[in-house]
Amino acid sequence: MTGSLVADGLTVVYGGVKPLDDVSLTFDRDVCGLVGPNGAGKTTFFNALSGFAQPSAGSLAFDGEDILAMNAAKRARWGLRRTFQQEQVIHGLSGWDNVRLAAEHTGGGRAAVERAIDFVGLDGVDRAGSQLSMLERRLVEIAKTVVGSPKLVLLDEPGAGLDQSETERLISLIRQIPNEFGALVILVDHDMDLVSTVCGTTAVLDFGHVIAIGPTATVLGSANVRKAYLGTADMEADE
Amino acid sequence: MTATVNQRSSRVAAWSPAKLFSARNIVVLVVVVGVLIFTPSVVGAYWTRIFTICTIFSIAAAGIALLYGRLGLVSLGQVSLIGVGGWITLRIGHATSLPFEVVLVIAAIGTGIIGVLVGLPALRLSGLNLAIVTLMLAGAFEVIFNVTGFPNGGDGFLGRAQGGVLQQPLARPSLGTTDPDYFRYVVVVAAIMFLVIGLHLSNRPGRAWAAIRQSEAGALAAGIGTVRYRLWALAVVSATTGVAGGLLAGNAGLLDPISFKAPASILLFATVLIGGAYSLVGAVIAGFLSQGVPPLLNAWGLDGNLIFVLLGFGMIQAITTAPQGIAGQLQGLVRRIAGAIAKRRSR
Repeated sequence: MTGSLVADGLTVVYGGVKPLDDVSLTFDRDVCGLVGPNGAGKTTFFNALSGFAQPSAGSLAFDGEDILAMNAAKRARWGLRRTFQQEQVIHGLSGWDNVRLAAEHTGGGRAAVERAIDFVGLDGVDRAGSQLSMLERRLVEIAKTVVGSPKLVLLDEPGAGLDQSETERLISLIRQIPNEFGALVILVDHDMDLVSTVCGTTAVLDFGHVIAIGPTATVLGSANVRKAYLGTADMEADE
Repeated sequence: MTATVNQRSSRVAAWSPAKLFSARNIVVLVVVVGVLIFTPSVVGAYWTRIFTICTIFSIAAAGIALLYGRLGLVSLGQVSLIGVGGWITLRIGHATSLPFEVVLVIAAIGTGIIGVLVGLPALRLSGLNLAIVTLMLAGAFEVIFNVTGFPNGGDGFLGRAQGGVLQQPLARPSLGTTDPDYFRYVVVVAAIMFLVIGLHLSNRPGRAWAAIRQSEAGALAAGIGTVRYRLWALAVVSATTGVAGGLLAGNAGLLDPISFKAPASILLFATVLIGGAYSLVGAVIAGFLSQGVPPLLNAWGLDGNLIFVLLGFGMIQAITTAPQGIAGQLQGLVRRIAGAIAKRRSR
């Protein structure tokens, strides 16, 4: 059983720009999706959750716990894990040490590292990060998010740079995270096949506003969402 | 779960005590012992003294290598910290009858504290900004050393003998009263400092530093307290560099402010880049390049200042073709030879 994330009136302001404007949503089951066109505010939402962007208004709570009361490192130790669009595997450390690094700062021991590496099925963990393929680096990233006791896992375009078969392997792993580790997963991706296959609930952001939230199939099929992605003129041409 | 326990054993590298006695570690041990025993009798008194100073500067170079190679921080004030360690050693050594080893520990702690305090404002800086700030700090220490001088057995806080009072060199440690013995003493202390730095690099702090170097955001997302680990790095590097200063003070018993000018730190940083900032072997090479090449040039009848020209070419070569430095090239050569030998055996 995963926890529940509630954002209420979340607003982030950079100068005169509002990448997130009064965002209210609830993610409460297994794997949830967050989609939207470029610049919609998806990564800013992740940054606000992780502590890298300071909201000017609103709240973020997970099972009633105030996430905004913790600094970035403390959120990670509490159980918030994330990946970035640009993979962050450290080239000079082995695959094993990359995962161990996350474990030793988030409360996981050797057994937790073994479990995480076994979960993602990474072989040759003694190899340096620089020697790992893109898929293996993505697997290390997933292992880092599940090591220890994660509560909330944020995956920012985890399938970037992977081919179809590699993405399918990733899909299988992401689906298992809630059951194996009890963590709520929020996935940001532009790959709608990936989102519709993995996510039960999906929210759509556009210009910092939530324009739809609900069951993934319903949301991705709604006119509002198609308009946000394709634009009015394109929709008319499509029709 | 996607893997069985059997699969796990093939994925996870098991640590074994036998690794302590690996061929590489045994070779290192044999080399260190060989250096200790034979160098003074082979190279003579003059070069023994030069090699002593080279070894001392290798410790400071190892600190620079840690900061740059593992954390990506450019420190151009390391020679000033050698001066701080030397100042504390001379002052405590003259003021008390504590054994030299205890004085070295005090110098390490004192320099560690001072290094952290002066590094605090620079914590949020990196790249060129940090380089300039540390260079300015080196300039400030140069002025301070010129004004205060180094303790030489006198009274008062500064410990300066004034007027007609005779300067008193600090006595060497009882285990290193002669030049050959002091060389061996310095090599042992340097080995301990390298061990301290090596243990940090290969354990939790080293991994945290690597994460910070890769990405501050990524490190925070992994739960790493980046400020704490940066301070930790500054403390370790300052403390080991303070020990280097203490050894330098113990070598001649006196120190001269002229040895701690700001450009000396730039020269040492350059030699670390050329020697190799990503391994402790590179630090040893850097120590010998910075302190061994000028007397070598003099011995060949050339001006020792030619080192600046040589380092200029060396920097260009390191930046363009050998970012891992001479140490990286040597390690590549060893790997190629080992590969060729293994290939020949397999035929």
